[in-house]
Amino acid sequence: MSVKVRIPSQLRQLTGGEGMIEMDAGTIGGIIMELENLNPGIAERLLDNGEVRRFINIYIDGEDIRFAEGMETEVADGAEISIVPAVAGG
Amino acid sequence: MIPRMVGLTVLKHATARLMEFPPIATAPKWRFALATTAENLKCKECGRTYPLEALFVCDFCFGPLEVAYDYEKIRRRATKERISHGPPSLWRYKDFLPVNEKPAVDLQAGYTPLIKADRLAAELGLKKLWVKNDTANPTHSFKDRVVAVALQRAYELGFEVVACASTGNLANSVAAHAAASGTEAFVFVPANLEIQKIIATAIYGVNVVKVRGNYDDVNRLCTEIASEKKWAFVNVNVRPYYAEGSKTLAYETAEQLGWRAPDKVVTPVASGSLLTKIHKGFWELGEVGLIRRKAPAVHGAQALGCGPVAAAYAAKAEHVKPVKPDTIAKSLAIGNPADGIFALEVVRETGGSIESVTEQEIVDGIKLLAETTGIFTETAGGVTTAVLAKLAASGKIYPDDETVLYITGDGLKTLDAVADTISTFEIDPNYSQFEEDVLGEVLKGAKK
Repeated sequence: MSVKVRIPSQLRQLTGGEGMIEMDAGTIGGIIMELENLNPGIAERLLDNGEVRRFINIYIDGEDIRFAEGMETEVADGAEISIVPAVAGG
Repeated sequence: MIPRMVGLTVLKHATARLMEFPPIATAPKWRFALATTAENLKCKECGRTYPLEALFVCDFCFGPLEVAYDYEKIRRRATKERISHGPPSLWRYKDFLPVNEKPAVDLQAGYTPLIKADRLAAELGLKKLWVKNDTANPTHSFKDRVVAVALQRAYELGFEVVACASTGNLANSVAAHAAASGTEAFVFVPANLEIQKIIATAIYGVNVVKVRGNYDDVNRLCTEIASEKKWAFVNVNVRPYYAEGSKTLAYETAEQLGWRAPDKVVTPVASGSLLTKIHKGFWELGEVGLIRRKAPAVHGAQALGCGPVAAAYAAKAEHVKPVKPDTIAKSLAIGNPADGIFALEVVRETGGSIESVTEQEIVDGIKLLAETTGIFTETAGGVTTAVLAKLAASGKIYPDDETVLYITGDGLKTLDAVADTISTFEIDPNYSQFEEDVLGEVLKGAKK
């Protein structure tokens, strides 16, 4: 039971340069806490008052979690999570 | 003897300093530091600063980075006389842009016509209306401004491959500029984009990648690729420089009006970047003393089928809730606009607004602009014209307000949007038939 988490270049100093990390499936909130256990400091960069920072988008297989259940969104086995800076495009 | 020794010592130090710069690898950065008026990149969210490199978000809070300038330096350099002697392109405002030099190869974007639109004004009950016709750019949209600046900065930073995520106009522009300079380019677009925009990109011989998804999907993919490849994505990792190109719309407007700002401007909103940069441009002209008033009231225009910023404005919300786009105005179809909250701040600060219009109003707007000004705009311009009409009808723009309408793209790019609305005559090459079937019908008022 695992999911892949794609890490943006801005956070790779906290993951030892890793751009992809395998984690156990669960909710987005649970996966972020597990990421924090493995890479201390990453949760502070992703979250503000327990919610995803407004300039970060998190997708599960291309679907924005804001269109699902946010931090409570369940991530199925085999899914790919992308953490992407929101400030792009236009 | 002492002065000579001192002189010699100074010379030695100067030589030593020069020798510290390897002549090839870092020479562009060194020249850039001397030439530009830009100081650094600053996070709009938390204020942290960064060097002028290929960075677009704050490493700490992921807030957007924006170029900050030394306005005293600009004030000293950028006189009205110096600008008036500059090239008839956006590069006449180089002192306000984050680049070291003008590009060696350039398509001469910008300095497009500002047209007094009396017939459109009369139709809407206004008296002082101008249209900034940015369809007159080399690839027929305002994107040539941002691309010119982004690519020049990308070359200064040493990039050899350029790329973008686009709803079409940007694709056209990146492809053309890359072709002109012989640069490798990758252009990513939604697969269902208007065929005219895809043809007008692929013709330049660049790599066009049609992505099966909407613009927000394309944008996400490009942001991920930008993390892996050392390419200059104009609207991702060099976005802070790219976005500054839009300021030139404000500089030109002010110069063409005789160095003053209008009372109100109406501009389309996709990511929200254009709106915020037009505001920044007017503000900067005031800051360096080239105009008196610092900023006009800024009004934004969106399609109802993709109006997340208009919805947030109407709801008096602080955040912009992403939507799934569903509109013919594909160049504005960004459901998760990066600068949406900053666009909201600008319109609230300046006494403007952000309105949205229906699909039918978009088509009506395209026709109204064409029939009263001779300017054929794409769907985004239909949105902007329709919102102007709405603002005039509701009294948010008064008859005596000096108003500028920004038309940012050419109608030849979105022909399908109006193809079913036009009418023509067809006759044999026969004079009697012309009299009867054409003039007769015209006289009956069947066709205007």
